[in-house]
Amino acid sequence: MDNVIKNIIGKDISIGELFEEYRSQIEEHSSEVLNSFRGEAFDTFQETGIPSNKVENYKYTNLQPFFKGDFKFSIAPGKSEQNVEDVFSCDVDTLDTYTLYVVNGWYYPLNDLEGLPAGVRIGSLAQLSKDDPAFFKKYYGKRVPYLSDGIAAMNTMFAQDGFVIHIPKGVVVEKPIQIVNILMSEESLMATQRNLIVMEENSEAKVMVCDHTLSTDKFVMNSVTEGHIARDARLDFYNLQNQHNATTQVAGFYFEQHENSLVSTNNLTLHAGVARNNIELKLAGEHAEGRAYGLYLLDKNQHVDNFSYIDHAVAECFSDELFKGVLDDYSTGAFTGKIMVRPDAQKTNAYQSNNNLLLTNDAKINTKPQLEIYADDVKCSHGATVGQLDEDAMFYLRTRGINKEEATILLMYAFAYEVIEKIKVKPLREQIRGLVEQRFRGELDKCHSCVVCGQKGTEITCL
Amino acid sequence: MATEQDKILDEVTKGEYKYGFYTDIEMDALPKGLSEDVVREISRRKGEPEFMLDYRLKAYRNWLNMKTPDWAHLNIPEIDFQDIIYYAAPKSKPKLDSMDDVDPELKATFDKLGIPLEEQKQLAGVAVDAVMDSVSVKTTFKETLAEKGIIFCSISEAIREYPDLVKKHLGSVVPPNDNYFAALNSAVFSDGSFVYIPKGVRSPVELSTYFRINAMNTGQFERTLIIAEDDSYVSYLEGCTAPKRDENQLHAAIVEIVAMERAEVKYSTVQNWYPGDKDGKGGIYNFVTKRGMCKGDYSKISWTQVETGSAITWKYPSCVLMGDHSSGEFYSVALTNNHQQADTGTKMIHLGKHTKSLVVSKGISAGKSQNSYRGLVKVSKRADDARNFSQCDSLLLGDKCGAHTFPYLEINNNSAKIEHEATTSKIGEDQIFYCNQRGIATEDAVGLIVNGYVKEVINQLPMEFAVEAQKLLEISLEGSVG
Repeated sequence: MDNVIKNIIGKDISIGELFEEYRSQIEEHSSEVLNSFRGEAFDTFQETGIPSNKVENYKYTNLQPFFKGDFKFSIAPGKSEQNVEDVFSCDVDTLDTYTLYVVNGWYYPLNDLEGLPAGVRIGSLAQLSKDDPAFFKKYYGKRVPYLSDGIAAMNTMFAQDGFVIHIPKGVVVEKPIQIVNILMSEESLMATQRNLIVMEENSEAKVMVCDHTLSTDKFVMNSVTEGHIARDARLDFYNLQNQHNATTQVAGFYFEQHENSLVSTNNLTLHAGVARNNIELKLAGEHAEGRAYGLYLLDKNQHVDNFSYIDHAVAECFSDELFKGVLDDYSTGAFTGKIMVRPDAQKTNAYQSNNNLLLTNDAKINTKPQLEIYADDVKCSHGATVGQLDEDAMFYLRTRGINKEEATILLMYAFAYEVIEKIKVKPLREQIRGLVEQRFRGELDKCHSCVVCGQKGTEITCL
Repeated sequence: MATEQDKILDEVTKGEYKYGFYTDIEMDALPKGLSEDVVREISRRKGEPEFMLDYRLKAYRNWLNMKTPDWAHLNIPEIDFQDIIYYAAPKSKPKLDSMDDVDPELKATFDKLGIPLEEQKQLAGVAVDAVMDSVSVKTTFKETLAEKGIIFCSISEAIREYPDLVKKHLGSVVPPNDNYFAALNSAVFSDGSFVYIPKGVRSPVELSTYFRINAMNTGQFERTLIIAEDDSYVSYLEGCTAPKRDENQLHAAIVEIVAMERAEVKYSTVQNWYPGDKDGKGGIYNFVTKRGMCKGDYSKISWTQVETGSAITWKYPSCVLMGDHSSGEFYSVALTNNHQQADTGTKMIHLGKHTKSLVVSKGISAGKSQNSYRGLVKVSKRADDARNFSQCDSLLLGDKCGAHTFPYLEINNNSAKIEHEATTSKIGEDQIFYCNQRGIATEDAVGLIVNGYVKEVINQLPMEFAVEAQKLLEISLEGSVG
């Protein structure tokens, strides 16, 4: 295990120093293209560091404390001692998908992707960046704000592996591509994952990313997914987060869309420790359509911060956003929805909505729907609500003989369903629907798909 | 139609400030610059008691350690605080008994502004405390008010006459170290108004003050303190016009309102200071801290503002809802044109139980201006059953301006019901078409639609102000089509 480094970050060493010390080793294991970005990213990181809540974009989540502590980090993939497929079966088990696994940020070598349409490339970032540097030079790092955002910079500094999906011109991948991200370790772990999705003209794909934790250790994951969606291409992107509560996950999703393209993202947070999602859609070609949806169901002391940024860079684009949250116990939630309409982005239609249900008096929500508009011929709206279940609706149900508990569950479920119904992959929708309902009924006291729950004597909880 | 629209828009952008003139009154001013000595000198000249000097000095020392806020969506040129005269008073300080004693030149200024300071004012039922630069010159209706026990005077007078009241309340809502500009104001404020409404008294007239920045290079640091005791009511009006000047002038005012049990305070503003010329040269910097404290149960504070002037506006009239069942309201029309920048909005801080707040903000941007709404609704953990509704709409006229919304909702109580809505749009072609069809010219149609758009806010203004406000909007927007 000579490729595993263990340090107490914050005490022994800062993240910047850690990088400087191991930079040569990281670069030795990586391709030239990935290495060429590290210097600039490091310069940015030296200035920004891990953002605290003094940084406006991170106002409601102070990440600094989570990036300190006793962490292991690796500069090459560890040997797989277990077959992940033996210890793990995903929530969405009824789904027929191309499935690949990424373990601790490293592409899992035993992925079986038989039957992919011709020309479609799915593989490891480390490998593909060595095999096809020209392709990488064209796309890698072009959309990621590693020159301004500390987290993106840190990811770019340490980036070594992750998944790559490349759909060539005109190819439609019917079956969903499922990526199962697994965090499992014997010690606390700091991991980095970098993913790249490139969709050429008029291609179509459905990508589903499921995040799981398979051991009770503390995890810090910095993950960045970059997507380049060419004209007329269509991407459905789902991210299902189900991690235990000692996990800190910072996930950036940066998509650039060209003419007539369609991207729909859906961030479903069922269980998390501290999760921060940066969802950015740049509408860079006319008639592009960007949709960002999210649902977060929190309890105990979980914290989820969804930061979305829809950038209308050109005219005639459409965007729609809907984020809904149910917050129980001591959980805290945050939402920022930034819509930017650049000068000349005329005929823009941009809609945004954020609704929250607070179930206890200790739960907290901070929401910031934000519009910045520099063009006049636009239709933009945003709305945000925080409240409880509708009394009239409750009364209606009660008068029809439905008891209070049942009525509450029904209404909460109806509240969440607005986001669930946006899921276009039917088996996934059904599965999520079931999970959410069970969750509201309190029947999900034990996770049926992971090995974490059921281990006694641990404070770590899962769904 | 596009060319016609362009033409009309062009006319609007060329619309020049109507109230640009300068009154030549001899000034008794301190030299430029700010230091501890200047603060001491201001206090000495005003004959203030010891506690005020301490208050000012404390604020000044705080200010030295503070930084200019840079979080607003504004582009503020660096201000040289040593290039400002911090105290200017008209030299002849008349004690007046009747209208005839008022300096004719000053009177002419007010007449030009259309302020009915004379007899018609009495008919209009408005008491005026006219503030020209920094020293209160003329107060009418004082006796009528005195009968009721209402104190309406300049703050310097209040400091001398009612030091206990001032000592108790000054800085209780906006502490001297609240923010950069509040600290500056606390250190050097020259004058302003003081209102005290005793228990159970409803003010029979609407109180109004006209502020006017006059002398060259004089930053004006107004200080207003309104205290409404239990079961009282007052409606306070503030209106501003300033003469045309090429150098930027700084205005950093503070307004503090204290409302005790079941008291209601209505504060209305029409602000039309010099916005700079059409190239963005000159204009007033308006950095104001306005805050009301609903201290008692069932108290109510309502802010209404029509902001059409100033080169840069940085202003967030806020309500701290401390008493149970207290409520706060904020109605705002902010209009920016040419190179104006505005970052304005409100803060509603819910602390007591069953508190309510309402925010209605209407932004209109034209020319190359940037108009931002920035608001915070905060519900603390103990504020059960808080209710808020916010609506902030933006209207864009022209394709070079910007309209932005930065609402913050921080909710820590599950019984809160919070709603926020915002829309941004331009005047629809269908709306114009509809009016045209019915024989209404495009220009009139725009006026009609804009008036309809801001009606909700204008309706909150007292009648006299509503008329003035509508006039202002007309002047600024005549015939502009998006």
